[in-house]
Amino acid sequence: MLTAIIAVVVTAAFSQNFILVKFLGICPFLGVSKRTSGAASMGVAVTLVMLLATLVTYPLYVYVLTPLKIEFLEIIFFIFIIAALVQMLEKIIAKLSPALYRTMGIYLPLITTNCAILGVAELVLVNDLSEIVSGSAAISMNLGFALLYALFAGLGFTLAMVLMGGVRERLEKLPVAKCLKGFPITMVAASLMAMAFYVFTLI
Amino acid sequence: MKNKYAKIAFDGLITNNASFKLVLGTCAALGMSSSAIGGFGMGISVTVVLLLSNVLISMLRKVIPSAVRIPAFVVIIATLVTLLRMALEKYMPDLYDSMGVFLPLIVVNCMILGRAEAFASKQPVLDSAIDGVSTGLGFTVALTLMGMIREFFGSGSFFGIELFDFSIGFFASAPGAFFTYGICIALFLLITDNVEKTARKKRARAFRVSQSAPLPAPEETEKKEAETC
Repeated sequence: MLTAIIAVVVTAAFSQNFILVKFLGICPFLGVSKRTSGAASMGVAVTLVMLLATLVTYPLYVYVLTPLKIEFLEIIFFIFIIAALVQMLEKIIAKLSPALYRTMGIYLPLITTNCAILGVAELVLVNDLSEIVSGSAAISMNLGFALLYALFAGLGFTLAMVLMGGVRERLEKLPVAKCLKGFPITMVAASLMAMAFYVFTLI
Repeated sequence: MKNKYAKIAFDGLITNNASFKLVLGTCAALGMSSSAIGGFGMGISVTVVLLLSNVLISMLRKVIPSAVRIPAFVVIIATLVTLLRMALEKYMPDLYDSMGVFLPLIVVNCMILGRAEAFASKQPVLDSAIDGVSTGLGFTVALTLMGMIREFFGSGSFFGIELFDFSIGFFASAPGAFFTYGICIALFLLITDNVEKTARKKRARAFRVSQSAPLPAPEETEKKEAETC
């Protein structure tokens, strides 16, 4: 059990890092990683929504859609749940903590069309844990593992965002060839970071 | 009238190329470009969804109230992707398997919602259809190109046919995807910039000839200096 938990943590956060290995959530990775602080806020917001979305979509799929045999409607259901959750979260944060809303609020609407959220909701829909966590023993999937996977996928996402924010802060001060400015040099930097993360897949 | 459609098509394919110019739909571009066939399959799938969603949204643009237009667009796109998923599962199981999680993620591809919001919700049906096809094909060409590069260097093959017996693991793995994409964007910008500059220069020269008044040279050399990237 404990080894399974560790395997999920390492897989979700490092060896199958959502941004650098699985290519999910690249839009915010390129769009909001200009500053470390902004990147961290975005990462936290994404982690929160990921966790909440999985908490709702996984039981919905297992206990409602599957018994009713309407699994094919999952995409439509999931996208609506994510959109509704994001709206709700935005209202709640604005009410509870205006300070937090000011730093995180602007990132929330962007999250609806973030593929990392829908990606995690889709990825955890497997029968067996070994399908998403390579090398783990065959343990049937449940809500606990799904949430754990979502949480650490979000933290891995945050880690990659913050690292990229740091790299880009430095990049701005460097002389870069005109045609490489902006996206291309960011991609090349991401490539070098992905190489570092690639080591985790060899574990 | 024909000119207008040609312009829409040219904009979608080159001037506003979704992958290389606007850098939209990056997740699918990175994730599905490890082979040329995978990239092509993804591109065509997105093109089909984009064409149908643009046509449907354009037809319904007077019916959908603008306050709820985004949720309405999302429902249309999600329905189309669900249909596409069923069709692929039945008729092209290989492609369905290789696309994995990226197939449902076509729903959140910013390119599709972007075209719906920026173009189809304001323009007539035929314009929107042309826009959908050309934007989609621009995306397809970009993905196929990247897939070809990565497949060639990663496994020495071309569209699944083995040509050479070598492989550079870097290009087949995740870092190679980022690297190839970055370099492709840079080359695309370099080429389009230079083409545009030459065109502008040609136009300026034609203008000068028509005025039949020789202009001093400094402007010319200045431009040449700016050209070196």
